[in-house]
Amino acid sequence: MITIADIQKRIKSGETVRGIVEDALSKVEASADYNVLISVVREPALKRADQLDAKLKKGEDIGVLGGVPYVAKDIFLAHDTIATAGSNILKNFDSPYQATCVNRLEAAGAILIGKANNDAFGNGSSTENSDFGVTKNPYDKSRVAGGSSGGSTAAVALDIVPFSIGGDTGGSCRQPASYCGVLGLKPTYGRVSRYGVIAYTSSLDTVGTIANAADDAALVFGVIAGQDDRDSTTLQDKPASFMPADNPTKPLKIGIVKEHMRSDAVQPEVLAAVNLQAKKLKHAGHTVQEVSLPTLDVSLATYYIVAPAELSSNLMRYDGVKFGYSAKDAKTLEELYGLSRDQGFNAENKRRILIGTYVLSSGYIDAYYRKAQTVRTKLINEYAEVFKNYDVLIGPVAPTTAFKIGENSDPLQMYLQDLMTVGPSLAGLPAISVPSGFDNNKLPIGVQLVGAQRSDALLLSLAKQLEDSK
Amino acid sequence: MIKQDVLDQYEPTIGIECHVQLNTKTKLFSGASNDERGQAPNMVTSPICFGLPGTLPVLNAKAVELAVRAGKALNAEIAKVSSFDRKHYFYPDLPKGYQITQLDRPTVGKGEIEVPVNGKTIKVRINRAHIEEDAGKSVHPSGVGYSLVDLNRAGTPLIEIVSEPDMHSAAEAKAYVQELYLLMKYSGVTLGDLQHGNMRFDVNISVAKKGAGKLGKRSEIKNLNSFRAVERAVQYEISRHVELIEKGEVIKQETRGWDEAKQRTTAQRSKEEAMDYRYFPEPDIPPVVLTAEEIEAIHAEMPHLPPHIRRELARFGLDQATAETLILQDAMTGSGYVHTIMQVGSKDSTGAAKFAASWLSNRDIKHRQDHPDQLGVPSDDQFIAVYKMVSDKELSSNSVDQLLFKLKADHTLNARQVAEADGLLQENDTDALALAVGKILSDPANQKAAADIKAGETKAIGFLVGQVMKQTGGKANPAAVAELIKDSLAK
Repeated sequence: MITIADIQKRIKSGETVRGIVEDALSKVEASADYNVLISVVREPALKRADQLDAKLKKGEDIGVLGGVPYVAKDIFLAHDTIATAGSNILKNFDSPYQATCVNRLEAAGAILIGKANNDAFGNGSSTENSDFGVTKNPYDKSRVAGGSSGGSTAAVALDIVPFSIGGDTGGSCRQPASYCGVLGLKPTYGRVSRYGVIAYTSSLDTVGTIANAADDAALVFGVIAGQDDRDSTTLQDKPASFMPADNPTKPLKIGIVKEHMRSDAVQPEVLAAVNLQAKKLKHAGHTVQEVSLPTLDVSLATYYIVAPAELSSNLMRYDGVKFGYSAKDAKTLEELYGLSRDQGFNAENKRRILIGTYVLSSGYIDAYYRKAQTVRTKLINEYAEVFKNYDVLIGPVAPTTAFKIGENSDPLQMYLQDLMTVGPSLAGLPAISVPSGFDNNKLPIGVQLVGAQRSDALLLSLAKQLEDSK
Repeated sequence: MIKQDVLDQYEPTIGIECHVQLNTKTKLFSGASNDERGQAPNMVTSPICFGLPGTLPVLNAKAVELAVRAGKALNAEIAKVSSFDRKHYFYPDLPKGYQITQLDRPTVGKGEIEVPVNGKTIKVRINRAHIEEDAGKSVHPSGVGYSLVDLNRAGTPLIEIVSEPDMHSAAEAKAYVQELYLLMKYSGVTLGDLQHGNMRFDVNISVAKKGAGKLGKRSEIKNLNSFRAVERAVQYEISRHVELIEKGEVIKQETRGWDEAKQRTTAQRSKEEAMDYRYFPEPDIPPVVLTAEEIEAIHAEMPHLPPHIRRELARFGLDQATAETLILQDAMTGSGYVHTIMQVGSKDSTGAAKFAASWLSNRDIKHRQDHPDQLGVPSDDQFIAVYKMVSDKELSSNSVDQLLFKLKADHTLNARQVAEADGLLQENDTDALALAVGKILSDPANQKAAADIKAGETKAIGFLVGQVMKQTGGKANPAAVAELIKDSLAK
């Protein structure tokens, strides 16, 4: 398990940044079997490394993440890279501009070495819906790494890089983090700019931070978080620091989410892991009580209306006219649209486009989209009520540990993977997946902490506390 | 053609939607320039205009301010909270596959304006005005197997002003769009360049027998871009509807276009092919919240608008037609007439203001058309000085023109000095004039004319006045000369 501090130590002791980057790139090659990256950013990364080495030689500061290699989910646009979003329709899409996150990481000295695999446009929970193949679980090659940000979490779990960034719309960072035994933070909606991040569900999309340690996640998060003029939904305020050391926890009131502790739906070892972490928190002086949020029972149904609705809209622009895949055999404009989209999108994309189009159609919008928005508001209010009495909620990240590749071929079965993660997403709340031991198959288990709006720092501190009490 | 007495049995009902291009520096959601005139295709764009993956719209605050101005000009409610929606459809010049517009919560709500029509005034209620982005432009070169897309216009900020169906004739429809033009132009909402499509009108029209108590089926004529086109298209549609009804045929609810060359409307698409736009709230743009103070601050900065100017001009005793001519001229050419007239009025007298107004409307507008290089307006002081000379009968009307055309080119010129130097002041000295008249009347060559006048043929006076003018080198006051001739011959 490598950390940012490890890399910084190596640089301090005289290793060149180029050496660090070459080392990371060789690990990419060594883990080729896992299919972690869609593209490797070799030359630009080495060039950047040399620039930082030159700075070091002159005794200049290279930033808080100076020389630290990282990977980004392939939904982030970055100069000199292709951004596919995991989809054939953007197979050759050369980014003409760069995401705010990538800019901020670059300014802090971090070096992008690869674009990580994901389900196309985030449509999936296993990377099996990536048009570039499935990412295999670092703990068991016959199993999935989770998704949609499976490439990003596997890259950290395989020690290729100490941190990565992903997207989290309905659990896309938390669930694969749980499957890969790493830490995955989904921030408060609006905490990190979405500019330059290929959209899935605009009202839910967040940028997730993945790392091996809470301190690393906090450090990276501190770099990428903050208001951005290019994203009107970013929050204006920003805490001075997200570092656990700067945010010591007082005794907290923690609620175990009743609706997610169902023995009929959740693997026993996962429930046990939650209870064990709850116990540790009690020992650390916090109060733990069961709490109920009844609307969570319909959160998954709500999510699978809101998310496809916005997806169907966000994917309208892929029409074969301006960028991305364009069908060569089209004879009319209608055919150009139809064939480009038919050949460019995969089955799951099309399924969600159809659902999304349906729920927004006149005659159905009231029964589906508008009703889902009503439920969403109800859920937001319910969380707000609970957070009047509780500081943090605890529960599972996913019903199971990593499943076998091909095991969840039924789409509905796959959607159930998101059962525990979509609630915080719909309410825009921060949530974190904390590595919490292993099941009988030696597969990692993640436990989810959920906080009130803007409590990202608190979650990181609590994650750190759990990390230390291992 | 349908006969007038048949037409008279029907009443048309007309509602108009008007797209106004907002006068902002940049586009509605990106930093790309909002001025595409003279630019090569796709050069006035940004990743946002192209709808590239990962881009997000950022609302232009100036566009909201201009929408509020428009709302105030329309005497409309301004929403404290307004928001944006996505309207979906596939088209090559619609980069994102949806247009960002306002469906449920437009920035401008209900309003009402007064519209002058042929000496009267009608009231037209405004249903709403919403902010939205324009699409790009599809170009179809002839003789090739492809079309081209130009996204320079994509993302241009617009407001769409929707009227209630409160107009009932082609003249009212024309007057309404002209009034909208004036309001938007004077309030600084738009550059109002009609030739570049800065304002485009969609006209909804239905026709029913008078007293039927029920509206007929309506058609919509899309994309008209001049007042005259609105008037002609409405006239054409009224006749077409009445003709169909008279023949017992059914009017299809459809969208039609205006063929300028053939002066007729043509069917475009019928309502059966209506699209489902799948509107839903735009998640990338937070709601626009305006406080009463913010709205008032925007209102306070607005210049005077036509209704106010009309009242002011009426105080100077101007008739409606002259006032409208001046107001329209200012809007179309930026001539600044009204401002000068107001200045003259406030510095001197309503008489002077009326003099300036009538000279500008009667003489200068035509003069500008003939001499596009002579666009100035005389200064208020120059007008006041000239008015004084006219009041004192020192200037003939020909001399007034000559003098003012000269003065307007250079505001440092002193009116009286120029008039003297150019010999434009006319002779009013009665003794001197009497001498000149006596001389002409005693000329044997003029005896026949004198005899004619004595016999009652007053037409001949003009001939004799001309002779006197000739003799005085044009400096005599012709009215005074005529009086003198009549007096002398009556003795």
